[in-house]
Amino acid sequence: MLLIDCPYCGERPELEFVYGGQAHVARPAQPAQVSAQQWADYLYRRDNTRGVHAERWRHTHGCGRFFNALRDTTTDHFRATYKVGEPPPSAAAPVPR
Amino acid sequence: MQPFSGLALLRRGLSGQRGWTTQWRSPPPKAAYDALIVGGGGHGLGAAYYLASEHHLTNIAVLEKGWIGGGNTGRNTTIIRSNYLFDESAALYDHAVRLWERLSQVLNYNVMFSQRGVMMLAHTVHDAQVFKRHVHANRVNGVDNEWLTPEQAKAFCPLLNTGNIRYPVLGAALQRRGGTARHDAVAWGYARAADALGVDIIENCEVTGIRRDAGGAVEGVETTRGTIRAPRIGVAAAGHTSVIMKMAGIELPLESYPLQALVSEPVKPVFPCVVMSNTIHAYISQSDKGELVIGAGTDAYTSYTQRGGLHITSHALEAICELFPMFRRLRMLRNWGGIVDVTPDRSPIIARTPAGSRPRRARPMCLPGPSRAMSRTRSTRRSPWSASVTVSSSTRRPRPPWRTDDIAAPVTSPCC
Repeated sequence: MLLIDCPYCGERPELEFVYGGQAHVARPAQPAQVSAQQWADYLYRRDNTRGVHAERWRHTHGCGRFFNALRDTTTDHFRATYKVGEPPPSAAAPVPR
Repeated sequence: MQPFSGLALLRRGLSGQRGWTTQWRSPPPKAAYDALIVGGGGHGLGAAYYLASEHHLTNIAVLEKGWIGGGNTGRNTTIIRSNYLFDESAALYDHAVRLWERLSQVLNYNVMFSQRGVMMLAHTVHDAQVFKRHVHANRVNGVDNEWLTPEQAKAFCPLLNTGNIRYPVLGAALQRRGGTARHDAVAWGYARAADALGVDIIENCEVTGIRRDAGGAVEGVETTRGTIRAPRIGVAAAGHTSVIMKMAGIELPLESYPLQALVSEPVKPVFPCVVMSNTIHAYISQSDKGELVIGAGTDAYTSYTQRGGLHITSHALEAICELFPMFRRLRMLRNWGGIVDVTPDRSPIIARTPAGSRPRRARPMCLPGPSRAMSRTRSTRRSPWSASVTVSSSTRRPRPPWRTDDIAAPVTSPCC
């Protein structure tokens, strides 16, 4: 089970959280203006990154808030967590445990 | 190839099992092949075998980063079924089941295919309606599937606790032709048969890049054992399909999730069939070695670690203990995770890839991924988007698998 550092509440077990998929996927501002392919890409196409992945989590059984995280998908170690609206931290180094 | 037969077994048995030869050669990679297949699991080796046996394309190689059967082929829970709802899926998977039915004879290798029946439990009114729809759709497609009352389900699998549980069993869909097989024997059998037809099986050879020429046509691959040229490349790299295809610049709508399984200590034969429960997330069968083979759901997040959270397996075991109270004191021997490539609608994608500008040349193709497809339960935690299986022809039935003149075919997802 993962230990996840909620930016609002601190470290909590994974059971308190819900995974929200890839972060920073922007909904097209004018859905009616985009092509079917662009809309399908927005809905379904994800990077499936092997390595450091920016993703959303929601602290459902805690503060209830969404936040973003950088997690290495080859180790499941979290590099950082940060609030929605903030840019992803550039810190590439693994968080020491 | 040294054929197996009762006589051969007897003769070797009487001479101390000496004189067996290796099941396949381990040749160094050649500089060039007519085609390459990335991934030496069941799907990759099966593709190589049928390319060689059905299409006489024998100057080909299978590249495996580890050892044969060491990836998802050795990690799945061995369930085989074809009771899928959509016409395209039913046709594809039932074709596979028909291949399974003759596979041991065709390969001269005992894959231990056992059609003991796959029973999928309904715990809610919605489940029952969905499964009955599956039953009818399957029958229209010529795929066997039948609806059982709770009493009939209990008669088919006497250990089943149908009543005194939180989610009572309201009925079940049973596919009698479904069952299990020895998972790694499938890889070994295909490897041995493909090797006998001249296919090079190259282990410990990880693909690190795919080369495309100025026109976009595929030229070959970079590997940890050097560059290998080939005008056609097939990808059957369960769990890493999107990673490999990205090397050719091709994006696929896949996400890779850990899927866990575990086995119990071996016991005498107690469990006569395969039971799956999508609603409470567990499935179970008994291997011929006596271990109960138990599958869990996927973890919530994408990962390539081949492991997942213990709470996922605990959840599956709680479900098993509710359904089969007599297993409550059984000890678990080991657990593991595999990585499954999941499509948005959990159906295979079969289509031409955009790579390759010259016709009839140079198309990477992408073959069904992890054998999760064979047995997966649709996770109820993610919304079941309506499926749109893309097939490469306009007909409703998929074309025969792996036609070499215009291969196509990304990927499956599903579980097992």
